[in-house]
Amino acid sequence: MATVTATADVTRTTAPVRRAARSSYPAWFFLPAAIIYGVLFLYPTLASFFFALTRWTLSEASYIGLDNFRQFFREPFLVQGLINTLIYGAITSGMKVILGLLLAVLLTSQVIGRDYLRAVVFFPVLVSTVGVGITFTVMMHPTEGMINETLGLFGIKGPGWLTDPRFALLSVALVDVWKGVGLATVIYIAGLASIPSDYYEAATIDGANSLQNFRFITLPLVRPATITVITLSLIGGLRSFDLIWAMTKGGPGFTSDVIASVIYKQYQAGFYGLSTAGNVVLFVLVASIMVPLSWWLNRGEIER
Amino acid sequence: MKKRAQRYWLGSTAILVSIFIFVVPFAFIVLAALKDKREAALRQFSLPTNGLHLWENLVEVVQTRDYMLLTAFLNSTILTVASVTLLVIFGAMVGFVLQRRPSAWTPVVNFLVLAGLIIPPAVVPTIWVLQGLNLFKTLHGLVLIEVAYGLSFTVLLFRAFVATIPRELDEAAIIDGAGPLRLFFKVILPLLKPVVVTVIVVQSVAIFNDFTNPLYYLPGKDNVTVQLTLFNFQSQFNTSFNLLFTNILLITIPPLIVFLFFNRQIVAGMTAGAIKG
Repeated sequence: MATVTATADVTRTTAPVRRAARSSYPAWFFLPAAIIYGVLFLYPTLASFFFALTRWTLSEASYIGLDNFRQFFREPFLVQGLINTLIYGAITSGMKVILGLLLAVLLTSQVIGRDYLRAVVFFPVLVSTVGVGITFTVMMHPTEGMINETLGLFGIKGPGWLTDPRFALLSVALVDVWKGVGLATVIYIAGLASIPSDYYEAATIDGANSLQNFRFITLPLVRPATITVITLSLIGGLRSFDLIWAMTKGGPGFTSDVIASVIYKQYQAGFYGLSTAGNVVLFVLVASIMVPLSWWLNRGEIER
Repeated sequence: MKKRAQRYWLGSTAILVSIFIFVVPFAFIVLAALKDKREAALRQFSLPTNGLHLWENLVEVVQTRDYMLLTAFLNSTILTVASVTLLVIFGAMVGFVLQRRPSAWTPVVNFLVLAGLIIPPAVVPTIWVLQGLNLFKTLHGLVLIEVAYGLSFTVLLFRAFVATIPRELDEAAIIDGAGPLRLFFKVILPLLKPVVVTVIVVQSVAIFNDFTNPLYYLPGKDNVTVQLTLFNFQSQFNTSFNLLFTNILLITIPPLIVFLFFNRQIVAGMTAGAIKG
C-alpha cells in the first residue's frame, strides 16, 4: 500500500527533486546513534528483565524465578528504599514547583537586584552534585556544623540533620531542592514570559487584584512550564543517587536509602541479580508514575 | 509610589535571604580553602586568622596520591570533549533526518527518544555488555556510555531547531548537486550553530559533573575522573577539610567559567521544552 502511494507521488510531483529528496535524507544517518543507543542502552535494559530473574555472577546466570523480587519486597530495608524513593520524588518535585514558580514570579517583576538574584539562584544547578553534597554534609554536622551553630546563637537547638533517622532523607531532599530550584525557576521564567501582558491589563481594568491575576491568569497559563518542571524533577528525583550517596550513603541505618542506592549497594556486595531486580523495580516504578502522569497532564493541553 | 516602595522592599529582602541561602555555602567553600589545616578543622564560617593558605593547599591537593587530580582533570577533559563531539554530530544527524523525512520509523524513533529520557539505565547488564566488548573500565567505553545516555536530549533539541530551517535551502543545495553528506555538513550543520553551542554547553556541564556513570563504569585508580577524586579524597581528607574544600573549589571553577560566558545558551537549552510542553 505504502509503495503504491509513493510511486504515485513520484509521478505526480516533479520527479527529479522527489527522488533526490529521498536520498538526501538517508536512513543510515540514524545508524551511528542507533548502534550506540541500541548496544549500550536498549539491549542492557531488555537484558535486565532476564537477569533480574537469575542468580548472577556476570559470567554465569542461574534462573531462580521471582526470588529476587520476593526478597526485594520482603526485606524491610529494601521496602524502605522503595518508600523513600517515592517520598524523595514527591518532596523534591513538589517543592521545586512551588518555590520555582514563586521565585519566577518574583524575578519577572520589577524588583531591584533582579539579575543578581537570577544568577545566584541558577548557579547551583551547574555545580558538581557531589561537591554540594559534601559541603552541606559538613555544614549540617549536628554539633560542629555551621547551620546548628548559627541556630544556637538564637537559642534554637538544631536537629541532627543527617544523623537523626527522622530527618536524614528530608535534609538530603532539601539540599536537592537548593541545588535544583534554579532550573525550575528559569523554566517558569520562560513560561511566564510567554504570557501576553494584555491579559493582565484587561483583568486589572476589570478590577482584578494581583492575587486574582495570579490565580486566574498566571497559574493556568504557565501550565506547560509546570508540566515540564514536574516531569523533569520527578524523573530526576526518582532516579536520584549521587546526592544521597555523597551525603548519607543511605544512612543512618537504611533510613535514607532509595532504590538507586540499594542498586549500588547490592552491586558492590556482588548480588548482581538482586541489583538488576532493583533496576527493574525502579524502571517499573518510574514508568508507572511517569506514563499515566504525563498522559493526564498533557490531556488538558490537547483539549484546550 | 506604593509600587516603587514595594519594589525596593521586596528586592532587598530577597537579596538578603539569597545571601544567607545561596551565597554563604559558596563563601564557606572558599573560606575553608583559604585556611590552614587546624583552622579549617573547626569548620566555622569565619575569615582565616592564621594567614592565607590557598596556594599551599592547592599544591598539596594537586600532589596528593601521585598527582591524581591532574590525571583526573585530564581524564575528565578527554571524556567531556570526546562525548560532546560525538553527541553533537550523531545527535544532529538523527534530528535532521527525523525532522526532514517522516516515515514509518518516525514514531518508533520518537518513542525511543522518550524512553531514553525516562528509563533509568540498567547498571549491571550494561557492565556485562561493556565487559563483552572489552570496554569496561576504559575511557572510550565511558565516552560511548555518555553518548548513549545523552542522545535523547540532544536529538530533541536538534529536531526542534531543524524544523525552523526552511526546506528550500536543502532543495537549492540538492539541485546544486550536493549529496547527503555535503548537504548535512556544509549546509545544515553550520545553520545549526546556535543549538550546537547550547548542546555543547549543557552536555559539557552534565558530563563534567557526572558522578554516577564513572563510579559504575570506570572504577579503578588509574582512570579516575574529577568527581570521583572528591569522593576518594573524602575519606583521606577526613581530617583535612582545607584540602577537601580546595578540591571542591577547583572542580567548581570550570562550571563557573561556563556560567559566566554561556549563561544565555544554558538557560535556552534547559528551558527549550517549557513553552511547547
